[in-house]
Amino acid sequence: MAGKVVLLIGTKKGVFVAESGWARDDWHLRGPFCETWPMNHVIGDPDTGRIYGAGGNEWFGPAIWRSDDLGQSWSHSSDGLAYPEGQEPVAAGWSLALCSGGLYAGVQPAGLFKSEDGGKSWRHMDGLQKHPSRPEWNPGGAGLILHSMVVDPADEARIWVGISAAGVFHSADGGASWEPRNLGTRADFLPDGQNYPEFGQCVHSLVMAPGMSDRLYQQNHCGMYRSDDGGKRWESIEDGLPSSFGFPAAVHPRDPETLFLLPLNGDSAGRYVPDAKAAVWRTRDAGKSWQDLRDGLPQENAYFGVLRQAMATDRLDPAGVYFGTSGGALFASNDEGESWRPLAQHLPAILSVETMLLD
Amino acid sequence: MPVDAGEKQTVTVKLAAVLADLFPGAPRQCELEAATVRELIDRLDERWPGMGDRICDTRPAIRRHMNVFVDGERQSLEAVLRPGAEIFILTAISGG
Repeated sequence: MAGKVVLLIGTKKGVFVAESGWARDDWHLRGPFCETWPMNHVIGDPDTGRIYGAGGNEWFGPAIWRSDDLGQSWSHSSDGLAYPEGQEPVAAGWSLALCSGGLYAGVQPAGLFKSEDGGKSWRHMDGLQKHPSRPEWNPGGAGLILHSMVVDPADEARIWVGISAAGVFHSADGGASWEPRNLGTRADFLPDGQNYPEFGQCVHSLVMAPGMSDRLYQQNHCGMYRSDDGGKRWESIEDGLPSSFGFPAAVHPRDPETLFLLPLNGDSAGRYVPDAKAAVWRTRDAGKSWQDLRDGLPQENAYFGVLRQAMATDRLDPAGVYFGTSGGALFASNDEGESWRPLAQHLPAILSVETMLLD
Repeated sequence: MPVDAGEKQTVTVKLAAVLADLFPGAPRQCELEAATVRELIDRLDERWPGMGDRICDTRPAIRRHMNVFVDGERQSLEAVLRPGAEIFILTAISGG
């Protein structure tokens, strides 16, 4: 079998690439790449094998990196990845999403850019910045970041973004205009009686169910949610989970009822896995019930967290699930979470994990 | 002695290794014609596209964790260069 699974790992100290055949039993890790820059999100285009990485460096500012040879060599650009003179400059790239003929980048401070030349140059999609709520957006702990992007594969004019801590916004016209989509999601950090604002929620991760463009899931600072109408209304799905707090969410490649979460013990309790015992939590019924998956994961003294973009699935059957920890460990499951094993133990703090399947 | 910012003179610029390494083929030291620090960075960007973005942000200003020393003094974009000036573009202490 000639195909390979490529894991793209963004860390605080560069990008790492792990490869295995489709059997997923013989992984080889390479890196660090991108001159050990902090790399917030790394994605791959399975049609071309091209890798893109979004990052930012305290010295050198933001850049989107690109490799056409699975990480052996890289180029970088921030041409056009900029706000007008006088405004707070772009500090880092935070998220990437492919679309037909192009690539979106979400940045800090929150904004959306698009490239139509493979990341060589960028254009500001300023409709989001022009939303009347923009002056009232407040940063979350990691800054005012646009960290999640969902492009509807059935209609690419439909885009959703997650901004900490402005909430979820939706565009139906390819990014020209936007509206908040936060109804039903809590903001526990606001005064009593103001906990369900139109915007200002702290969304942590936003994903779309496969084959159901109107079904979205989100992990929020304050709860886990599902929407079946494109985010117009959100329903809590946190019953049965050990906490209402966590960062990542990952959908199954084919089943819209299946979702993987990795709840942490709470925003003011250390933000590590509950009881220091690691578990991925899986629903098979769109959040009505949950199962904790622990086989092979550390069940004592596990004081790590998993960040918002650091869990992913692959497209094989059964689906692989992967997550990376704040302590630099990378775990993998070949059986949809039933059992786990570590692929790496001592990487830098892992910021993102994505997969790319190559024939 | 200050000179007319429109007058070009040759200056020597030395780049931090971590900066030069981002641009394949860029040397650690080169000579350029520039009358101000801003012009110097423009010249660097012409030779190695993108280098200007690594040194300056879009306010525009020299990035907070970058330092440009002209004849031993830390300077801003507006600083005027004398003929034969020696400029170091260095990374500041940063990171964790």
